[in-house]
Formats: sequence, structure tokens, C-alpha cells
Amino acid sequence: MLYDYIEKIRPHFNEGGKLHALRSVFEGFETFLFVPSQTSKSGVSIHDAIDSKRIMSFVVIALMPALLFGMYNIGYQNYTAAGVQASWLTMFFYGFMAMLPKIIVSYAVGLGIEFVSAQIKHEEIQEGYLVTGLLIPMIIPVGCPLWMLALAVAFSVIFAKEVFGGTGRNIFNPALVARAFLFFAYPAKMSGDKVWLAKDSIFGLGNNLPDTLTMATPLGEAAAGNTMNYDFYQYALGTIPGSIGETSVIAIALGALLLLITGIASWKTMLSVFVGGAVTAGLFNILGPDTTIAQMPWYDHLVLGGFCFGAVFMATDPVTSARTEPGKFIYGALIGILAIIIRVLNPGYPEGMMLAILFMNTFAPAIDYCFVQSNINKRAKRAKK
Amino acid sequence: MERLFKIKKGLNINLDGVASQNMAAIPLSEEIAVQPTDFYGLVPHLEVKEGDRVKTGTPLFTDKATGRINICSPVSGTVKAIVRGERRKILRALISTDKEQAHESLAVPNLETCAPGDVLETLLKSGLFAFFRQRPYDIVASPDDKPKAIFVSAFSKMPLAADFSYVVKGQEDTFKLGIKALAKLAKVHLGICLDQINTSMLPVAEAEVSIFDGPNPSGNVGVQINHIDPVNKGEVVWTMGPEEVIFVGRLFKSGKLDLRRRIAIAGSGILNPQYAETLIGTPMKDILARNLKDTPGMRIIDGNPLVGTKSELNGFLGAHTTEVCVIPEGNDVHEMLGWIMPRTSEFSANRSYLSWIFGSKKSYDLDCRIKGGERAMIMSGEYDKVFPMDIYAGYLVKAIIAGDIDRQEALGIYEVAPEDFAVAEFVDSSKLELQHIVRQGLDILRKENA
Repeated sequence: MLYDYIEKIRPHFNEGGKLHALRSVFEGFETFLFVPSQTSKSGVSIHDAIDSKRIMSFVVIALMPALLFGMYNIGYQNYTAAGVQASWLTMFFYGFMAMLPKIIVSYAVGLGIEFVSAQIKHEEIQEGYLVTGLLIPMIIPVGCPLWMLALAVAFSVIFAKEVFGGTGRNIFNPALVARAFLFFAYPAKMSGDKVWLAKDSIFGLGNNLPDTLTMATPLGEAAAGNTMNYDFYQYALGTIPGSIGETSVIAIALGALLLLITGIASWKTMLSVFVGGAVTAGLFNILGPDTTIAQMPWYDHLVLGGFCFGAVFMATDPVTSARTEPGKFIYGALIGILAIIIRVLNPGYPEGMMLAILFMNTFAPAIDYCFVQSNINKRAKRAKK
Repeated sequence: MERLFKIKKGLNINLDGVASQNMAAIPLSEEIAVQPTDFYGLVPHLEVKEGDRVKTGTPLFTDKATGRINICSPVSGTVKAIVRGERRKILRALISTDKEQAHESLAVPNLETCAPGDVLETLLKSGLFAFFRQRPYDIVASPDDKPKAIFVSAFSKMPLAADFSYVVKGQEDTFKLGIKALAKLAKVHLGICLDQINTSMLPVAEAEVSIFDGPNPSGNVGVQINHIDPVNKGEVVWTMGPEEVIFVGRLFKSGKLDLRRRIAIAGSGILNPQYAETLIGTPMKDILARNLKDTPGMRIIDGNPLVGTKSELNGFLGAHTTEVCVIPEGNDVHEMLGWIMPRTSEFSANRSYLSWIFGSKKSYDLDCRIKGGERAMIMSGEYDKVFPMDIYAGYLVKAIIAGDIDRQEALGIYEVAPEDFAVAEFVDSSKLELQHIVRQGLDILRKENA
């Protein structure tokens, strides 16, 4: 029935139709509603049921636990700072109301640009932004204003993705580019101790907090040399200040589980990020300088800040990571190693994960080059014999 | 001594309607088609005209490049029509068959005493040489080349493919005689699967036998070449299908060309999936007579659903075809919200679908929908998991798309044929037409190197 309606309105969107300017939007919604019924003309007659919509949807599902917990944590931090008792549901709804505008802005700006560029390039809408658009609001502090978010999304979609040709052709992870853009353009709103609390009440939910109230992330505290007020249990559960999606290790682990079972994320990358990070942090524990952050136990390093979130959802981005199987081990390990080195040795950046992954995005093709070249050399050598 | 190769990469796809081991007889059709397009890379020169009388084994076409490769008639009869397509390309010669079949008599040399050149001339004259394919380029071989070796794979793990172990039953000696003839030309490698070790197909004295244990596409001759003795730049190897080795065996046994082959008739659109013995070039409507289900919207495939070509009821059995499959076309299916539904009737190598839980025994009724839009290559390692060759498949495909010939050579394009990418094309979430891309790459390379 619905399909008949789509068939009826289709002519309006074809070349020469009055709504031709919205062709990409129409196609986007049509393929969202129905699996395309085109059949193969040449090559294999049968196809696997997998497509990029399915893959991206599963990544979005994997992000849900971390997102829902992040919403709760926004409320939890607000009510705790105000010293007010409230049910977890109230806290969640407050966080939900604080988060929703960010998600809407991110998708509206990002998908808007995607629709336009798909229309210009006469291509189908690419699903990559479904994931990116949710990642971006999850890796910024709750205090980041909406206009900054919109600016960062536009910058990253245009300059990190579309100029390279769209999803699948970009060099850098677009979500991290958006975060890096904010981090360097508006450092006061992305780090420090003023941005980790939602300070306004929304529709009667939550509490108005004074502007002077500050709250630093545990990593920020450690980098500043202060003692930390939380224990490992809170780190794992995630009831600590931080970027919205990154705090709960348990929620991220649920997402990781889904990604690993479905095979959508590479276990090789994920595992080696953790191994690389653990080894490096352990070495600093033994040999490192006598600073709070260098002496922070290695297991705390792995659960704090964006380490888990980055390892599970960012490092495993198939487009920007190494594409050869052995290369994934090296790529992942170097991300873990670099992230800890940046954290420990550069007090200006208490969060090293973003820079480590962006840096390794640059080097992923170089890692792949080594493995592909060795295959090429083997073939050349064989031919000479 | 046989060598065992264990192959881990690949994917078996179970489809409904596997042919049962029954041999049906298909009577000689009134009309048979000989299609030079089945012999890829051969430019045909017409040797007969409409109205000519031909016998079984009369050359209908020769190749323009060497003038030595014949394509011969599989029946005796009258040339009814020469069908041409765009730019007068010859598509097929239609022959009305005689009731009484007559054969051209071919003098075959004694394999014990003859020179390699005699075997080659016999094969060229009889039209069987055209069944040799060569790597690089996956085209009809050239009699001027000296092949490094000849590879024959005696099994196929493609979905719904004919089981050669059954096809060869009762013809083992003919098969061995065929191998013996090929061994006069070059060293012969025979690839078999585990199930064939204790069959009367072995021993084959004249061939070096290798055993391949693994999922589809371990039966692809390209995979076997890559494991046994990969093709280097400047080298040529020849390949031949095992059923065609039986043709060679028959020729050297009786001195007659006999192009009857046993094909599987399979798929969910077939009433009674089974085997049948028929001539190449037989009309599909005769092969499928009274065996098609009454459901509309079915696709007839000349070959199996992975490497076969789309055919139709008034098409003809291809020269290399070992099975004819009929599966639903599916262009009238409109599945809602496919990106999130469980879709338990679908098969996927990806675990976001449930087919990995249902186990490897369950079979599926897949249709011909692409089930997604074409994208840039997003996921990594998809091809590698089902591409059991020492080649970076994704990088090679990218080099072909980019038209970078030096890089294609470096990455091993001389070792591959489009069919080696069939399973990768099936699992590809970006829905790229890999076999088509590789075919274009090989064609361009052949022109550049000519």
C-alpha cells in the first residue's frame, strides 16, 4: 500500500518532474523504507543481504547504551552538583532534553549537506553520516553551544568528507575532525573545568547552577596533578564528568560486544588499541616520571576519558583505519601507545585519544603500504626466478 | 604423491533445489545453437553459410588471429541461420538437426607413440582446442603459446553446481584418456576435493594430483593455480573444465567428436532438480521442458547463480555450462525496513543476520535482488575473507578501477579470472560488480600488451 503511494509520487522526482530538486531526499527515504528491488544484470545473480545501511544501523544500535547512559549521566551530574535528590528517571529525562537538541542539530546540518551533495553528484545518499552524526554529539562536552556544534559538523562533513568524494573515500574520521575543529577553535568550550556540567534547567527539569561552579574530568585533575575523587567502580560505571558518550565503560562494552559479534568492527584493531595502551601505561608506571598522570595505574588509563570510546567506535572505523589484516594490529597498537604518551607527556592535552587516532589515520595508508608492498615484492621475486 | 592444500577462506552458499543424482534423457532437439561468444576472446571467422549441410565435427568458425582454432558443429544438420547482433557481431549459428546423425571422420594419433604436435593438431581440427582457456586474461588459449602447465579442477563448490564425481561415473576411463592426451602438451595438474580421493576417478597416472580441502571457491581452477604454481608475468597456463577433458577422451577413443555433457538442472524454480545428458547448444526450452514450476518471475541462469549468465527460455546451453539454474527474479519483492529487520529467510556472511546461527546445513531460496545500493568500498577485509589467493583483492580491484596498469601487474592481475571474484562480489556490502570490473581490467590489459 505504502509502496503503491511511493510509485505514484515517483514521477515528480524524476528528471523534469516538479520536485526533481529533492530527488536525493526521495531516494533516500524510499531505500530507507524498502529494500531496493533492482535485480542484477551481470555478474553474480544472488547477493548477500548485507548492505551499508544495515552496517551503519548496527553501529548506531551499538552506540545506544553509551548514548542512553550519557543522557542519564548529564542529569546525574547536574543533580549531584546541585545537591538535590531525584529519581534516575528524572535525571535521564533531564539529560535527554539536554542532549536532544544536539542530536537534532548534528543530523539536520550534516544530513542537509549530504542530501545536497548527493543531489549535485547524482548519487544516492550515503549512510555514513548516520553514524558520524550521532558520534559527534557524544564526544563533546555537554556545555558546548549548539552553534559551535553546527559549525563543527559543517566543517567536518564538507572538508573532511565531501571534498574527498564522500563516505568511503575520506582520510580522517569525520567525527574526530569535528571534535578537533572545536578543540582548537574554541578550547575554552571543549576543555578545562567549566564545560562538563549542564547548568540550566529545562522545562522545570534539572537545576540552574551558578556559572562559577566548576567540575573537571578525572583526567583533567590528574593532568593538573590533583588527587582524584573517584574510584575504579565509578570509572567503569561512568558516573563521572566527561564527554557525553565516553564515560561509561560498561555501556561502551555492550556496544563493543554487538560490533564484535556481528564482525562489523575489527577485533584486531580493538584489541590492539587496549594492549598498546596497557603496555605503555604500565611502562610509565614502572619507569615514568613522578607525576600524578604518569603514575596513574594502567587500568585506570584504559577506562578513563575517551580511551574506550575511541578504541571501540573510532579506531575501528573501516574507512580511515588500516585496511590490511596484519596492518590492523599495528594501527591499533600505535593508537593505544600514542594516546597514553600524549596524555602523560603533554599536560596541555589531558585527552590523547582524539589526536592519537587522527594521527594514525594519517599513517594507516603507510602501514598498509608496507604489507601490500611485501606482497608485490614477493610476486616480483617469484617472477625473476 | 598427492599434495593436500587446506583452504580456510571462502564461503559455501546452500541454495534450495540441489540436483538429485538421477540422469534424465533429453531427446535431440530440432535446433542447436553454436555460439562463438561462449569462447571469450576468440574473434570468429564464418566457415559456412546458411543452407550448408554440416556433420558433427564440421568446422563452423575459425578464429581470425591464428586461423587454426576451429569451432565445430556438435550435430549434423543444415545451417538454418546465422544470427548477428550489434555491429554485425556473430552471436550464433542455428543448425536444424538431422534425424540420422553423421560424423566427420577425424584421424586420431596413437597416444603412446605420437608427438605433442599431433595431439595439438587433432584438438585444433576437432574444435576441442577452443575449450582451452588461458591465464593471463581468461580467454581462449593460443596454439602458438607454450603453456607452463595445464590445470584441471575436478570439482566445484559453487552453489547448485553439478557434482563432477557423479558426472564422471561410468566415464572414468574416458576422463583418464583425456588427461593422458593433455599430458602430451604440457604438465597436467588435477585438483580434486577430499570426497574424490577414494573414487575410481583416481589414480590418474599422467597428472599431478592435488587435494583441496575448503569452502567455495576452492574448486576454482584459479585458486588451485595460485596454490600450486602461480602465474608470473610472461608465463601462460592453460585450463580446461573436467567435462571437456571427457570430450577429449572420447575423441581419442573413437575418433569422433561427441559434445554431449551431463548437466545439473537445479534451483528452487525447478520441479524435479536432477541431472540430464544433453548436447551443448541445446535450447533452454528443451532442457527445462515440463520441469519448470508454474510461478511467474523466475530467472533462468546458464551456469550457477554466482558465475553463470542470465539466460531465458529461448536461450541455449553455453559451451562451458555445467548446470542450468532457475531461481526467483525477485523484482516484485518490496521488503520493508530491511536495514533493521531480522530477515531470517536471507543468507548473509555477516552476523547482523541470523544465518550464522542457523548453521551451515540450512538452505536458502535467494532471489536476484542486489539488496542494496552501490557505494564506495567502505568495509575492509570483506573480500579477503572469501578470496583464498595470495593477492590483496581489494587493492587489485581499486587498481583496476583507477586504470593503473603497472599496479595491476604488481598486484597479480595475471593470476586471476573474473570467476575468482564471484564470492567476493556476493558478500560485498558496497555492491560493486567485481566480476565485470575484473573482466574490463583484463580486456584493457590484453589490448595494452598486444
